[in-house]
Amino acid sequence: MVGSGAISPAQVWEWLEAVPDPEVPVISVVDLGIVREVTWRGPELVVTVTPTYSGCPATAVIAHDIEAALRGRGIERVRIETRLAPAWTTDWLSARGREALRRFGIAPPQLLQLSAPPPCPQCGSGDTECISGFGSTPCKALHRCRACREPFDYFKPH
Amino acid sequence: MAAPAAFEFCLRLGDNDLILSQRLGEWCGRGPVLEEDLALTNVALDLLGQARLWLGHAAALEGRGRDEDQLAFLRDAGEFRNLLLVEQPNGDYAHTMVRQFYFDAWHLPLLEALGSASDPSLRDIAAKAVKEVAYHLQRSRDWVVRLGDGTEESHRRMQAAADQLWPYTGEMLAADAVEASLGEAGFDLEAVGVPWRQQVESTFARATLEVPAAGWMQRGGKQGVHSEKLGLLLAEMQFLQRAYPGAQW
Repeated sequence: MVGSGAISPAQVWEWLEAVPDPEVPVISVVDLGIVREVTWRGPELVVTVTPTYSGCPATAVIAHDIEAALRGRGIERVRIETRLAPAWTTDWLSARGREALRRFGIAPPQLLQLSAPPPCPQCGSGDTECISGFGSTPCKALHRCRACREPFDYFKPH
Repeated sequence: MAAPAAFEFCLRLGDNDLILSQRLGEWCGRGPVLEEDLALTNVALDLLGQARLWLGHAAALEGRGRDEDQLAFLRDAGEFRNLLLVEQPNGDYAHTMVRQFYFDAWHLPLLEALGSASDPSLRDIAAKAVKEVAYHLQRSRDWVVRLGDGTEESHRRMQAAADQLWPYTGEMLAADAVEASLGEAGFDLEAVGVPWRQQVESTFARATLEVPAAGWMQRGGKQGVHSEKLGLLLAEMQFLQRAYPGAQW
């Protein structure tokens, strides 16, 4: 078993990059931007996480998955703390996370200051339209490409 | 602001979200199309998450050892502080969408105004919720325009719903002693009425709907005086905890 100081926070961050989001497993919790801080508090490792949407049922699963992953690495005492402010934004998604979403067929979120429709993740055309503002999970909307006619999920800017 | 008033105020915010969430959840599996079924329940989920935050904070302010679940499941109708508007039954789709629009058009500026509250928890919860509620308003407004300016039948139903729900909008904007005491903290409920009225008027103009005339307004939800409709809703929502007190899984 490992305690304070033996493992650097940088190492923990690297391990967390392998913990997938339970609902969109192509992206890790780190690339999603919800892990805000990793720090030792005495013998206890504290991982601070911010929720995506207030009611997202994945939040509890994510806390459990992070704890399980770190215990699997031999860290005995892990505490997951929730931080509400500043509120999570999709602008915190990493470039790697955005690319992984696109390859998976989910259009990554546009930056908040842009209001342009997302390009189609299949054919790249910018000629897309929103079918419904709410999709299969709280973070997604349903869109359709007018060029290749494929429907797709859009990770909503938030 | 005094602690009891802050507790009451958080209960009102949490109960609005909780009761409207439960109403929207009644549509689950019964939406007119799949996309709407998903949208209604997604909005319900956002509101449920917000209710947890408000009720959790209310419980902390109260400091009597209750938690969000006890507040949600172990209070009777007279202890609920939600607006009468949100306990109104779903009715047809026009009623559901007009109820949502009246609420969203008020909810958004209310949360924005809470950005200047003196309690940092209030500010943080509001800053989180406001992003979700902006999407709610966008959707309910689109439906009001689409159905109001739709067919003869959809227009007729929308106007009927707008008129029937109108008397429940008064208490949203009428501050009582609880909200008045929040005025000291830089928050003014009646000021929320300005963007609310603007939103209703501009949206109804696009929807070819008449804004109902000023008239008798129902009051009492915020003080715990509810219609029998809330009791029936709670009977379903609280069934498990009433039948099996303390049950956990």
